[in-house]
Amino acid sequence: MSDFLKAIACLLRRDLTIALRRSTDVLTPLVFFIIVVSLFPLGLGPEPAVLRTIAPGVIWVAALLATMLSLNRLFANDHADGTLEQMVLSPHPLAALVLVKVAAHWMLTGLPLVLISPLLAIQMNLPESAMSTLILSLLLGTPVLSLLGAVGAALTLGLRGGGVLVSLLVLPLYTPVLIFGAGAVAGVIAGIEVEAHFSLLAAFLALALTLTPWAAAAALRVSLD
Amino acid sequence: MQYLHKYASPKFFYVFAGKLTPWLAALTVLLLAAGLYLGLFIAPADYQQGESYRIMFIHVPAAWMSMFIYACMAGAGAIALVWNVKLFEMFAANCAPVGASFTFLALATGSLWGKPMWGAWWAWDARLTSELILFFLYIGYMSLEASIDDPRRAARAAAIVALVGVVNIPVIHFSVEWWNTLHQPASVSKMGTPSIHPSMLAPLLLMAVGFTVYFFTVALMRMRNEILERERHTTWVAQLLENES
Repeated sequence: MSDFLKAIACLLRRDLTIALRRSTDVLTPLVFFIIVVSLFPLGLGPEPAVLRTIAPGVIWVAALLATMLSLNRLFANDHADGTLEQMVLSPHPLAALVLVKVAAHWMLTGLPLVLISPLLAIQMNLPESAMSTLILSLLLGTPVLSLLGAVGAALTLGLRGGGVLVSLLVLPLYTPVLIFGAGAVAGVIAGIEVEAHFSLLAAFLALALTLTPWAAAAALRVSLD
Repeated sequence: MQYLHKYASPKFFYVFAGKLTPWLAALTVLLLAAGLYLGLFIAPADYQQGESYRIMFIHVPAAWMSMFIYACMAGAGAIALVWNVKLFEMFAANCAPVGASFTFLALATGSLWGKPMWGAWWAWDARLTSELILFFLYIGYMSLEASIDDPRRAARAAAIVALVGVVNIPVIHFSVEWWNTLHQPASVSKMGTPSIHPSMLAPLLLMAVGFTVYFFTVALMRMRNEILERERHTTWVAQLLENES
């Protein structure tokens, strides 16, 4: 057992170290997120009331797209240098290793998005009362995006046009998270009770945590055949 | 299991499907003709929607088929993944284009029906929206299938997509439904579904069964082609071609 825990800790540390040494990899999705959100006022006009109504949706959709763009980083480099095959051959369950890799991915993509989101919320004129809801909804939602994305990334590993393909596979599956994530923030602005939104987001997270590592592991085995 | 492997061998199935297809095709034509005749000429006009409700005889069965075929695809995919049966791989892969066509048909007819009823080609109605997302799922499945060259690997990857999708479809459906009630309180008048007169139900069911038989006919025909393509290097295909030429 301790062997297993050691392997997990080692893998997590390794993924974080590699990503931090290539810091542009971490920064690119974040900058993309900021740029996309900043484009909306330019396209729609700087009317504060308009911005306030679209803010939850815009921030959430931008978070979805930023996560999706970062997905190829999840397995592609390890696949290219053969590390991934060693992981598949290791005595530890592949699903657990996938989960660790997704956790590292979320810490480097999802978490920065959550942390920068208040800044964008101010930019979009989101009322301060909705700020905590936005952060909490993104905290619950972005891990689901990373988990579902792992399945897509594993399936499209090494395929031509993998980047566009992964968006076709993954974006339709993101709709429930988008609906309840953006819905929670919009609900708070409108003065609706949003506890149910959070319960559902948490339920999606629990479901994704238990099921997607298996699917992603199976997909990796198919891709590495 | 041994029966499965015997009857699911491509060679046996090719001959079996070849015998079955003409009968299924004939049945399709009969059912669809009867359903369309009853639906378009015999069933009375709706007291609220007039004649334009008749598009339902295409729309509703097509929408049913879009979900039924996805379920078939995921089921066949699971069987192919677990027991490695080639035939089910081919069935799953050949479900997708037919399912996507039915989904498109449901969307197009829904939009045609929406124009006179809602006054708009498109409304973000819950069922229309989840049908649209289902269409995206089909497209994702087919593009993944198409971008992997090795057919066995493609089938297994696609089966995983179908299984992930089938878990997600109820979640997506209910999310969209709830989103819809939050955003559009009673602005969309839906058809009064709870009670339906037998003279309308009969053509509806005939069309549904007709579409199902059509689906199996087309799936079998597509599978026969794929069997020939995959097994083109085997002796039995060579013999078959010799006998036919």
